[in-house]
Amino acid sequence: MNAPGLAIPFGRGGSNRFLPALTLLMVFLAGLALAAVMDLERALARWDASLTGTLTVELPAATTTNDKSLDAALAVLHAAPGIKSATPIDEATTMKLIAPWLGAALSPADLELPRLIDVRLDPGGHADLAAVRAQLATAAPGATLDDHQLWLDSLARFARSAELTAIAVLVLIGGVAVISVSFATRTGLAVHRDTIELLHLMGARDSYVARQFERQALRLALIGGAIGLALAAAALLALSQAASATAFLGDSVTLLPALHLRGWNWAVLAVLPVIAGLVAMATARLTVLTTLRRLP
Amino acid sequence: MVRFENVGMRYGTGPEVLHDITLRLDAGSFHFLTGPSGAGKTSLLRLIALAERPSRGLVSLFGEDLSRVTRAALAPLRRKIGIVFQDFRLIPHLSAFDNVALPLRVAGTAEAKLRSNVREMLEWVDLADKLDAKPPMLSGGQQQRVAIARAVVARPKLLVADEPTGNVDDVMALRLMRLFEELNKLGTTLVIATHNAALARQLGRPVLHLENGELAAPKAARAAS
Repeated sequence: MNAPGLAIPFGRGGSNRFLPALTLLMVFLAGLALAAVMDLERALARWDASLTGTLTVELPAATTTNDKSLDAALAVLHAAPGIKSATPIDEATTMKLIAPWLGAALSPADLELPRLIDVRLDPGGHADLAAVRAQLATAAPGATLDDHQLWLDSLARFARSAELTAIAVLVLIGGVAVISVSFATRTGLAVHRDTIELLHLMGARDSYVARQFERQALRLALIGGAIGLALAAAALLALSQAASATAFLGDSVTLLPALHLRGWNWAVLAVLPVIAGLVAMATARLTVLTTLRRLP
Repeated sequence: MVRFENVGMRYGTGPEVLHDITLRLDAGSFHFLTGPSGAGKTSLLRLIALAERPSRGLVSLFGEDLSRVTRAALAPLRRKIGIVFQDFRLIPHLSAFDNVALPLRVAGTAEAKLRSNVREMLEWVDLADKLDAKPPMLSGGQQQRVAIARAVVARPKLLVADEPTGNVDDVMALRLMRLFEELNKLGTTLVIATHNAALARQLGRPVLHLENGELAAPKAARAAS
């Protein structure tokens, strides 16, 4: 004899193939979108942390031979409250920075290079950048103070837009999943109408029939979701490998976007099939209960 | 047990298929329901089995006026009714055991308690050696006996059967009727729809005759037991 199982012969329904395939696709796309959201969050935080604590002072090339301007600028910076350090970037370091674009054969004498000062802000202090700018303009004419805010704002706008797009994709995927599961369940109800009527006439409550559909939807969605997650993980790892292969300037620049997912990021992705299963289960239950209400 | 007063029934917005049905089935009675095809036998059985609601008139079952019973409260009432379908309606992927166990599982009976009941029922219909057989592996007569075992396993107070002998030979038909008689002796009220008027006469039970959706005067061969 069989163990107590599902009374409705779901094996004959088309949803047996449709629902896992659908969930596979949904979890795969949701996995990629969610990974993008999490990576953008992390990248944004990293950019913010690395740029908001630093400033760059640039002295025009014409004054680079005149150390008086450099000394004056350094004096202003050292005296300003909220500034932790101000370190001139020497010519050798500057040449290293431009070498990837212009080659290493050049000498400082071939180029009119501006002199740069790397400024670190005191995390606990409050630097009045407007005042510093004004003092620099007097002490070292032509000096500019770059607080990277323009870059940071542009990056933040880009990251937020990409993040919102990814979230919209996730919501869209969820909506499509609900509609599709509802459709598959209605088809199942039509296909198994005789068996459902039989259970109904035996005195089965609507919740009993709904449980049968719920269990089936959960099982199929978990199977499809697990495969979708595996494929998404493989795609993410492949993307990460591909990005590493295009790295230059050490590992700091890659032609393809590099993904740096951490342990908890993977844990969040691993929950996706479970969420897909629960969404399928809840949708199936609601659809069955709504449809069965029409029976006498 | 069952009381109908001026009951009419139609499917959706279609024409009325039953008109002014008035009847009373006492507890422990055994009635045959006869009539030509299309007379409304199945519709009347479906009304008695709570598969349909009447379009008009009063239907009372187990002392409950159905017009006052909520949809949720119908499920416990349905558990007091066993149904045997002409086409058996066995679930093909379940074994004979699981088909018979279904009404008990629907009612939430514990597995340990359910096993002995189901085995007993399958022994009663002489299918103790077919516990694990699935319906496609059984003959028509065996399938009908599984269907009967399923209909009575929950000890219903009322059993309705729609042409239970329609797909079996005369010997098996008589055998099934003897099973129904045994059940009736145990106190179950029975209503059996059949084309086989001779079989109904042979058992000498009261007959309800339907013609064009109307109930003709009852022909009582002998008093209900």
